[in-house]
Amino acid sequence: MAKSHKPVVWFPFAAGGTVIAFFLPVIVVLTFMAALGHVPAGLGYERMHAFAGSGLGKLIIFGVVALSLWSSAHRLRCTCYDFGLRADTLVATVLYIGAIAGSILSAVYLMKI
Amino acid sequence: MKERTIQLEVLRYNPDTDTEARFQRYEVVCQEEWVVLDALNKIKADIDPTLNYRWSCHMAVCGSCGMMINGEPKLSCHAFLRDYEGVIRVEPLAHFPVERDLVTAPDDFMEKLKRVKPYVIPKEKKPISEGEYKQTPAQLMKFRQYSMCINCMLCYAACPEYGLDPEFVGPAALTLAHRYNQDSRDGGRLARQEVVATHEGVWTCTFVGACSEVCPAHVDPASALQQMKITSSIDWIVEHLIPGGKSARDTVSREDAGDIS
Repeated sequence: MAKSHKPVVWFPFAAGGTVIAFFLPVIVVLTFMAALGHVPAGLGYERMHAFAGSGLGKLIIFGVVALSLWSSAHRLRCTCYDFGLRADTLVATVLYIGAIAGSILSAVYLMKI
Repeated sequence: MKERTIQLEVLRYNPDTDTEARFQRYEVVCQEEWVVLDALNKIKADIDPTLNYRWSCHMAVCGSCGMMINGEPKLSCHAFLRDYEGVIRVEPLAHFPVERDLVTAPDDFMEKLKRVKPYVIPKEKKPISEGEYKQTPAQLMKFRQYSMCINCMLCYAACPEYGLDPEFVGPAALTLAHRYNQDSRDGGRLARQEVVATHEGVWTCTFVGACSEVCPAHVDPASALQQMKITSSIDWIVEHLIPGGKSARDTVSREDAGDIS
């Protein structure tokens, strides 16, 4: 039996899982608050726009988006497998392409800021 | 002591006469504080001596009385009747071939257990005259939990991945590999990686976590497998991304192999 190359997809998945656990609930709450008109002090549009416009800000936002997408794609792949959807290569290809496309899109939009 | 009459629906299969398994219902007068195994013993003694099942210690130590009780893998000596209502359905452990009635063949697990080298492969050999291999309480705590496995195979019956892919080395065997990897006296991790880091090893696991839920010894195989995924991933980086990493690893691996044979 040869050693598996699964770490290539698993490491970003694990990193994304950590990112999701720490950042996503906060982002969801903040977005809802903003949608309801309660923008916390210090997180106003001008300030966030400046953050997203800086090099480090772009890198952080891209990291959060890309890793979260990759992690979700891999989790969904595993879930499909667990539920008996055994066309693993097809499922993996579709989901990973989705995650990569989303990551590229986020990079493109970030570059425009 | 209070008495209670319970209905037990037991899967019966005799390879000599039956073409397929069937359920047989028994009505058993039990004591309120009995476990399912007591009820089976009562059937065997007073109602139907042809019923077959394995058991030994009756105290959740030997790991031989694992069966599906109402669809859940349980030690029958640990399944209290007071926790069940209505008809209790008893079947042989899932994912293993049935030999007769509730008796399953554990051969696949035994073979996988051997493959992970579940024993200490000394880091450095020393003559007996130099004394024992010492260990601090902190070093013991690193693997103690994973050494509590009683080989009852409930985790294999609970694992959907093992059910779908019988090649999967599985929770208990991999957890024992982790137990020895974590032992300060052991130097056999790289030799075990040949099994652990394969697709059939930790990478078939999708972290469902059912193994840890059903484990009667609170071993938590799911955590052991996740930890091994991290070390296997670090190994992969060393072997593929760091120049010279693979050849350095190979040398260590060969020395380990020389140690065991």
